[in-house]
Amino acid sequence: MTLLDAVLFLPLIGFAALLLIPKQSSRGAALILSLLVFIVSLGLIGPYWFANPSGYVFTTDAVWINSPPIRYHVGLDGLSLWLVLLTTLLTPISVAVSWKYIDHRVKEFYAFLMLLEFGLIGVFVALDLFLFYVFWEICLVPMYFLIGIWGHERRIYAAVKFFLYTMAGSVLMLAAIIYLYNRAGTFDYVAILSQIETGRLAFPPRVEMLLFLAFFVSFAIKVPLFPLHTWLPDAHVEAPTAGSVMLASVMLKMGTYGLLRYCVPLFPDAARSSAPWVAALAITGIIYGALVALVQPNMKKLVAYSSVSHLGFVVLGIFSFTQQGLDGAVYQMLNHGISTGALFILVGYLYERRHSLEIAAYGGVATPAPNLSAVFLITTLASIGLPSLNNFVGEYLVLQGAAAAHFTWTAFAALGVILSACYMLWLYQRAFFGKASEGVAHHVYDLTGREWAAIVPLIALMVWMGTFTQSFLPPIRAQNARILESARRLKTERVQNLVPEAIRAR
Amino acid sequence: MQLWLIPLFPFAGFLVNGFFGRRMSKLAVSLVACGSVLLSFLWVLKTIAALGAPEAAYLEHYYSWIQSGALNIGVDFAVDRLTEVMLLVVTGVGFLIHIYAVGYMAHEGGYYRFFAYFNLFMFFMLILVLGANFLLLFVGWEGVGLCSYLLIGFYFLEKFATDAGNKAFIVNRIGDFGFSLAVFLIALHFGSLDFGRVFSLVKDMPVEARPGWITAICLLLLVGAAGKSAQIPLYVWLPDAMAGPTPVSALIHAATMVTAGVYMITRSAQLYLHSPFALNIVAIIGVATAFLAASIGLVQNDIKKVFAYSTVSQLGYMFLALGCGAFSAGIFHLMTHAFFKALLFLGAGSVIHALSGEQDLRNMGGLAKKIPITCATLFCAGVAIAGVPPFSGFHSKDAILGAAFEYSPWMYWLGVVTAFMTAFYVFRALFLCFFGSYRGHHHPHESPLVMWAPLAVLAALSLGGGYINVPKFLEPMFPLAAESGDDWTVYVSVAAGLGGIALAYLFYVAAPSVPEALAGSLHGLYRLIYNKYFVDELYEEVVVRPVVDGSRTLLWRGADASLIDGAVNGIGRLARGIGGILKFAQNGYIRDYAGWVVLGSIAVVIYMAFHGGAR
Repeated sequence: MTLLDAVLFLPLIGFAALLLIPKQSSRGAALILSLLVFIVSLGLIGPYWFANPSGYVFTTDAVWINSPPIRYHVGLDGLSLWLVLLTTLLTPISVAVSWKYIDHRVKEFYAFLMLLEFGLIGVFVALDLFLFYVFWEICLVPMYFLIGIWGHERRIYAAVKFFLYTMAGSVLMLAAIIYLYNRAGTFDYVAILSQIETGRLAFPPRVEMLLFLAFFVSFAIKVPLFPLHTWLPDAHVEAPTAGSVMLASVMLKMGTYGLLRYCVPLFPDAARSSAPWVAALAITGIIYGALVALVQPNMKKLVAYSSVSHLGFVVLGIFSFTQQGLDGAVYQMLNHGISTGALFILVGYLYERRHSLEIAAYGGVATPAPNLSAVFLITTLASIGLPSLNNFVGEYLVLQGAAAAHFTWTAFAALGVILSACYMLWLYQRAFFGKASEGVAHHVYDLTGREWAAIVPLIALMVWMGTFTQSFLPPIRAQNARILESARRLKTERVQNLVPEAIRAR
Repeated sequence: MQLWLIPLFPFAGFLVNGFFGRRMSKLAVSLVACGSVLLSFLWVLKTIAALGAPEAAYLEHYYSWIQSGALNIGVDFAVDRLTEVMLLVVTGVGFLIHIYAVGYMAHEGGYYRFFAYFNLFMFFMLILVLGANFLLLFVGWEGVGLCSYLLIGFYFLEKFATDAGNKAFIVNRIGDFGFSLAVFLIALHFGSLDFGRVFSLVKDMPVEARPGWITAICLLLLVGAAGKSAQIPLYVWLPDAMAGPTPVSALIHAATMVTAGVYMITRSAQLYLHSPFALNIVAIIGVATAFLAASIGLVQNDIKKVFAYSTVSQLGYMFLALGCGAFSAGIFHLMTHAFFKALLFLGAGSVIHALSGEQDLRNMGGLAKKIPITCATLFCAGVAIAGVPPFSGFHSKDAILGAAFEYSPWMYWLGVVTAFMTAFYVFRALFLCFFGSYRGHHHPHESPLVMWAPLAVLAALSLGGGYINVPKFLEPMFPLAAESGDDWTVYVSVAAGLGGIALAYLFYVAAPSVPEALAGSLHGLYRLIYNKYFVDELYEEVVVRPVVDGSRTLLWRGADASLIDGAVNGIGRLARGIGGILKFAQNGYIRDYAGWVVLGSIAVVIYMAFHGGAR
């Protein structure tokens, strides 16, 4: 048993424990458990701190089901490392922001949160396609309930929409996984990848494209990539704060992670030939999401559409097939997790005070709540990519990488940077500046100690990730170089590799 | 040399005032704010004393900021002669304005907040001039934009102030869009963003090489510079930016931040020298902006607005200089302008302070006796900006106009007309303010020592600053053009300045009825200029409204809600519909099932009968 297994299963144990212990202590228990997971997970940095290991660390490969051969194969690399840590960081923060917000079925709420953490970590560390699929689906269940039980008025509609949308995609992925198994004789990701890399497993272009699309659609819905994004605004608006945070910060990254982990290395030719239209969709999403965010009267919807825009940058970076593009994409996944997570937390704070998500219900918040306003401003600035804060680094690298691929891509995508300033600053002006109305002056108070504690780590990370990227980038860089290496090999090269083996077999 | 200390002092001041300022006394806040800038100024002096006038850039590398692929962007600071000039202007003038602000802001709420932002601005401005690569320059570039946004919207209870802040930030973002595209192109073509590397690669290119991509880079950089330095077509934010407190207008929107575009183009001079086309565009934009803004300045009634348009116009002069290839003349004017324009704004602030917030020139008059020090210093600034020899503006403007004449005579003549208008509008404002009889109803009082002492220092610099020979100092970087033999160009521009002053005297002191009559007889033209050529209205109708309305009706309600979600819900309804039909087959009645079996059997029999199935 490795440290990674511990990090993966502690939340599951937490889930079970929360169901057993009495209701009144579930909040505290959830906080302690999730903090424990976070502290344990910090140990995962160890190997990367001292060296820069190539390949996977903390691997466990054990039989789960004999026939068909499904293995419990997990491992960590430079791509999954920070995503796991993002998950374990945001879970205790989500517990903290739900402290007062969740007032009924408290125990179940925190139990689902722990189950969600289990599923998310599993997605990021699974190295067996079937295991990956299981974790992928596990994530759906707690999120469905988080929205459906603790959400706002239209929660059922939003939860069902969320569930059906993502199920529709994952069914395609399951079919593709089974097809891969039939051809490769294994579900093991590492084995299948090496078969593809050495050319032992090769598909005709049409088949490869179909397989690519099956995975791609499933991931694109999760990202969400325009035009498959309409579940996201509804899910966010209806979800409770913690649900929005986990959804935006971590769940959306399942999609972009999947693109990088599966779509690009397994089907490199299809991925490369799809790059122009995927980039076109990503750029459309960047501009479209920003423009629609501009006119939203509802804060959470605004932030949700801004996510569509920000995630467009991630997809654009991946499909630029350049080192900078990929590095920027992964960095941007983390950045978005932190700054958009923080935005949802802060919007949640406002909601707890004023019980409205409409921007028009606010105005003048800066006067009664200067600290809340200052923190919101820093988060806003991070979100619009102010240099020296985190998002800038990701956006810069993505756009630089895209410029190497096609300069026109960058020229259009960079428009999103102008628009993000428009919608965020306009939001900020309407919510925080001006004279405080009676309702605002009466109900809005400044940050409490608990609220400070939940938001400060994210603010610190925004500054840290913006100024000292070397603390985070090296493992990402190394892993992306490997992904590009396997995606670079052209099909002809793989077929050539096949020949000596065929001779040997004879 | 510890160059990092230069920006660190103001940053520390920002942290102290930002975190603890609310609980500190005003005295402590001011000591921290001014003291940190003073330390930074002293450290600049020490640095310059140690470096002397360096032939090559002195560089310090701190750490690797972003590394990806072949690109390695460091946090590096560098000092060369150009940086030395900028450092002196920024910290020197910055320190004086900090001192002044202690008096000006004494009775304002949010005192600590103001100085925290002010120090943060100094930090980013110093990063901007010290940064040794394009990306670090961009950090400072956007950082000063942020501080500008915060300080324009300092009175955040007022909608016009926060509107102006948003406008400044967003218009600058449009400029930054161009800047960032230029950065991407530079990294693509040079594989580096370091000034040293990029410019030495450019230097190695054959002199006559004029690749299109360098022109593209230069034009995109110009877009960025036009945003930050308020040039056509992006100048519209600067006049509105006067909504901020007056020291902000002096420091950020006159002396330092708005000159960042001039600095950036000068820094990239090597690139521009390979693109005469881009340089020509810079010159045209510069001279056009100088002329247009000066014409608007002629008729404004708000004293700060007059000086704001004047700033836009003077920045146009600097761009004209750059476009003519006279980079050192541009930097020279940048420095003298920092002196006299900071003084004009601070003096205006002193007037506004004396009149308890009154900014309308029509409600002033006769203040010369009531606030004599302010009056005297403002006239020093007036003669400097009007180009009266031997004061500072004369020297730098002369250098620019001389270069313009060599480059293209029509630009020279447009520059001369602008010089005439400049002298006119500045002295119009001064005469309206200080001469005649008082038209308002406040009780004017002279400003305290803490405010007029900086005015006096700046007045001395405005008068004598022309003898700091910046072009000579910068000569190793930017070779001086051969002096033209024609003295008459100098006489003409001086005559234009004096003529402007004389006309202003005639109109506003000797015969005050003339301007009214003139405005009446040229009503249409007057209205056009008074309303700033309706450019704001044009942008609103052509850009802002279509984007907002289009996003709302076409994209959100149309594409998102109707089209995409309509399709999704439609599929949902379709599935439910199919299920609804199929559910009749699953009704639980044995009788019905038996019926289906019979029907099915009949169907099979018929099928086999026709196709001769079981053969």
